Amino acid sequence: MTTIDLLLLFLMMSAAMWTVMTPGLLYSAIGLALTSAILSVIMFQLNAPLAAVFELSVCAGLITVVFVAAISLTKPMSKQQEAQHAKTRLKRYLALPVIVVVLGWMLWSAPLNFDFLPRGIASGDEVRQVLWNTRRFDLIGQIIVILTGVFGIVVLFKNRGKEEAEK
Amino acid sequence: MLVFRPAVDNISFVMFLAIAIVAMSSLFVSQSAIKENGRFTFINLLLLLIIGMNGVVLANDLFTLYIFLEVTAVASFILIAFEKGKNAFEGAFKYVVLSAVASALILASLAILLMVSGGLGFYEVKDALLSSSNSKIAILAVAVFVVGLFIKGGLVPFHGWLPDAYSSAPSPVSVVLAGIVTKATGVYTLVRLVISVFGFSEPVKLMLLLIGTISIVVGALAALGQSDFKRMLSYSSISQVGYIILGLGAGTELAIAGAVFHLFNHAIFKSLLFVNAAAVEEQTGTRNMDKLGGIASKMPVTGTTSVVAFLSTAGIPPLSGFWSKLIIIVAVWKAGFHGYAAIAILASLLTLAYFLSMQRRVFFGKLADGFAGLKEAGPWIIIPALILMLITVGLGLGFPWLFGTFLMPVGSIL
Repeated sequence: MTTIDLLLLFLMMSAAMWTVMTPGLLYSAIGLALTSAILSVIMFQLNAPLAAVFELSVCAGLITVVFVAAISLTKPMSKQQEAQHAKTRLKRYLALPVIVVVLGWMLWSAPLNFDFLPRGIASGDEVRQVLWNTRRFDLIGQIIVILTGVFGIVVLFKNRGKEEAEK
Repeated sequence: MLVFRPAVDNISFVMFLAIAIVAMSSLFVSQSAIKENGRFTFINLLLLLIIGMNGVVLANDLFTLYIFLEVTAVASFILIAFEKGKNAFEGAFKYVVLSAVASALILASLAILLMVSGGLGFYEVKDALLSSSNSKIAILAVAVFVVGLFIKGGLVPFHGWLPDAYSSAPSPVSVVLAGIVTKATGVYTLVRLVISVFGFSEPVKLMLLLIGTISIVVGALAALGQSDFKRMLSYSSISQVGYIILGLGAGTELAIAGAVFHLFNHAIFKSLLFVNAAAVEEQTGTRNMDKLGGIASKMPVTGTTSVVAFLSTAGIPPLSGFWSKLIIIVAVWKAGFHGYAAIAILASLLTLAYFLSMQRRVFFGKLADGFAGLKEAGPWIIIPALILMLITVGLGLGFPWLFGTFLMPVGSIL
């Protein structure tokens, strides 16, 4: 593992922790997009350009758009509520960085015998073949997951502003 | 051309039938319980849920299975929060959080299994696990996957989300969640993977027997202490799913047949009980059993169908629940796990106790104040209740014919 790999892993874990610990939903969505973007760079480093492009376009792109769209449909907190929320959230996740470091160290030093099959790096054509020919049913499932999620956002948030105004 | 070879066998057919019956019941109840302006959206979400569950049943690849588990989970979150109440959001949120933990565990396991076997098809992974049976990392992957499924199935000690989700969801959603969703995503998946992929190794058997027995006892004890009708049914559900897992843990042909039969029976009589809960809630405006009493005289169809469902759940002959529990207990005993079989028999008495308490507090005894003008629920609730009751009675009476024709062929998948 090179210094660049280590640095990228450290950055990705930091972005992931910030995603969980930050009190604002919008910051959290941006943190998740950043995590995905760094993961894409790691995938490029690992010679998996197609997986990296998917990660970047779907996770860092499409999913972030869905999150931001959902957040824009919610009512923002007042300054006072925000300060209180930030305090309790930080308190709740104070131990998280320590847990992550300890777990990382344990996995690093565990005597696990990773006796895996040797993997070759698939060419672009092979990936396309796998994706469109052998995993087409999965693609249909993934499309349905995204459709369901977007449909859910519309169902749950569509009339929220109106309902709150009526109250 | 769609390249997909579905895993359809006798267990799949049982699941397709259960999914269709429970979804139909939910659809009936929704006509009465969901406001007209939300009904179109509800039906669309129910269809997405059915796609997810049928996909889970059709899958013969671990990644395909994971994707359809997610379709089912996402549709379920939205359905639980459908009425946008505080409790509904709380129930949905708990389900989202624990389901995300389960998904993370399953994904981590998939990553390891992919590296061990080079593919995620059921037979590829099975062969790889057989050839590397002593690999610690493969055992870890299997254990992590099974724990993820325990969370999805709401088994003790991973059941924290289940009572809140079931009780806070709208009535037709409770019917489909309790009736089939957790069975398809947690229990069926476990049955399918243990039979077709992981195999009946001693650690897997022990884990299933232990979790099954703990769920039976803890679920029944917790049900005894509830005063909310739907929460009591939720804990009862945990206990009944424990019987299915116990049967699976025995690992014999007879036990598998019993487990799948109980899975189907449970889908039917638990849906019936939740349809009854919908009728009671709609007509009386409460689910608090302490405020109810004697309503069977005013709601005779709901009262009668709930008695049939309760007798079947408690394992009273000749109803379907009696036969499936009997097969499971006999199979567990014959497999040499006498202690587990004894606990399962004793826990049946607990089931009888909490259901007798429920019947006395809700349907029998003196009519509670304020219910003199109470009327029976409408046809949209009565029709599915009668259909589900007929299936429960029919399966019980037709058992001698069913045993050789349908049940043992289900077990012969081993």
